[in-house]
Amino acid sequence: MAARGVPAEACVGQVVLPGDVLLLPAHPDEDAERLRLGASAAPRGRLLCGPGLRRSGAGLLVTKCGLLRHRQAGGGAAAGGAFWVDSQQKRYVPVKGDHVIGIVTAKAGDVFKVDVGGSEQASLSYLAFEGATKRNRPNVQVGDLIYGQFLVANKDMEPEMVCIDSSGRASGMGVIGQDGFLFKVSLGLIRNRQDV
Amino acid sequence: MKETPLSNCERRFLLRAVQERKRLDGRQCYDYRNVRISFGADYGCCIVELGKTRVLGQVSCELVPPKPNRATEGILFFNLELSPMAAPAFEPGRQSELLVKLNRLIERCLRNSKCIDTESLCVVAGEKVWQIRVDLHLLNHDGNIIDAASIAGIVALCHFRRPDVSVQGEEVTVYTPEERDPVPLSIHHMPVCVSFAFFQQGTYLLVDPSEREERVMDGLLVIAMNKHREICTIQSSGGIMLLKDQVLRCSKITAVKVAEITELIQKALENDQKVRKEGGKFGFAESIPNQKITAFKMERAAVDTKDVEEQAEEIITKADPPSEVFTKPILHTRGTAQIGEGIENAWGDLEESEREEAAEEEGETDATAFECQKMEMEDTSIMNETEKDEPIVLSDSEEEEVVILEPQDTPKKTRTQTNLKQENTSKKTFNKKRKKKRATH
Repeated sequence: MAARGVPAEACVGQVVLPGDVLLLPAHPDEDAERLRLGASAAPRGRLLCGPGLRRSGAGLLVTKCGLLRHRQAGGGAAAGGAFWVDSQQKRYVPVKGDHVIGIVTAKAGDVFKVDVGGSEQASLSYLAFEGATKRNRPNVQVGDLIYGQFLVANKDMEPEMVCIDSSGRASGMGVIGQDGFLFKVSLGLIRNRQDV
Repeated sequence: MKETPLSNCERRFLLRAVQERKRLDGRQCYDYRNVRISFGADYGCCIVELGKTRVLGQVSCELVPPKPNRATEGILFFNLELSPMAAPAFEPGRQSELLVKLNRLIERCLRNSKCIDTESLCVVAGEKVWQIRVDLHLLNHDGNIIDAASIAGIVALCHFRRPDVSVQGEEVTVYTPEERDPVPLSIHHMPVCVSFAFFQQGTYLLVDPSEREERVMDGLLVIAMNKHREICTIQSSGGIMLLKDQVLRCSKITAVKVAEITELIQKALENDQKVRKEGGKFGFAESIPNQKITAFKMERAAVDTKDVEEQAEEIITKADPPSEVFTKPILHTRGTAQIGEGIENAWGDLEESEREEAAEEEGETDATAFECQKMEMEDTSIMNETEKDEPIVLSDSEEEEVVILEPQDTPKKTRTQTNLKQENTSKKTFNKKRKKKRATH
């Protein structure tokens, strides 16, 4: 490969194009020869490679055009910082952990089919509501609005969503009330609002 | 792809808005969306935008043998296509009901109205006539396809120029555009379709429904009229029953709208004619504006804020006051605090309901309950008296009170109590006692 990469930190906040190679900062303590005596945090540089980027060799390959963003290494477990590309997109692709509003299109046995604006309809089990048991089914009709989050969302399978969080509480998710109106906005606006 | 379903709350909202004579985009009931007509570089090519609904019309011609039973008339062929670009629900190659209906309407509107003089399309009787083919493509679907398509069709026909032909005896010469200027078609009048959407069995009507309004409407009435107030086509679908005066009213509205639209069409055609004559730039590239992506730009929609303040005040006065929030913890003893009341104890509920059930079985509800309470009060007063004299035995039993379900029979009640304080025995104290007991233990 002819072109050398640019260090990733230099491009944060600038427009990157598909095909650009970004070099990751080399770790100072990756000296293979000397053994360290004290206990140092083992994988300190566990970098998260977000949407629009792909790992290639020692660096990151940009696959979408947009602005490069970086989040500093947070405290706690794995975070060694994250890089991603903010790009404009019209089509929504379900991502695990995203909170979405969906429209119930069908009831198939124990599972509701929910249209979330992606290529596939998401499946939502009737047990995935707060306080739902086999006897106590949630009151969901076809055409209702549901607020939930994705449990499983990859491009090979139909996504699955749930209306409870990891501790079993609803925390605002579930069937949305009967009055009101649903309207669509652009993905860019949502991503902006999410960061705030 | 399957169509995005319409959620129940959207449907309810739209129907309620129609009842209050409000539309999502701020239009009045009889308002049309903005009509924009732009022409391509070729003659006979145009794009009509009705709001966000876009139709591309293209006219072409060909010399063909005529139909056997109409030897001296040209042939008109109309074709409307719903491109998958327009909406995800439209699939290529699938003949849907909507497509058939739209095609039939366009044919009736433009062919059966005899707006084009087909006799003038004849070149050699019985042998060669012009076949005029009008192709309409839907590029974006935001409601009211038929209106946009009819405008595109008639505009494209008016804009089109066919090659000039001269016949000398047996010889027919077709001139190329370079040799002789192409000749426009002979058009008698310009029929335009106007759609009316009906809601609630004809009580409310909207002109030029948008895509959302079309989804929730009960029925549709389409009237095709020209500027001379002649009705060319009229069709009612959806199975609603319309009254005579409703139809008459719609036709009057149509006359007004058609006059406006026809004027717009004439102006657009004249402008294009002028630009071509003056040698200026024409075509789609000139008419499509430079659209940049700007994050915060939006078209201003007029919003009616006349009685917003009164509505807001009404809502505020009618709403329940927010529930009291317990922020201070109640300290029971060292190390035990309580914030708020928590959810009602379900066990307490069970006993209450049993007691009520038993009381109902006997046939007296309130009276019995009241008696229960009275008797308990009496008992407590008795207890109080005995307290002062005799030593009290505090039992370690976990049960607080043994309530006998038929209070009328036994005046005495055995009760084990662990608290010296006597309070009225309501459900709440049940729980409070329990909590306090737990605190002491």
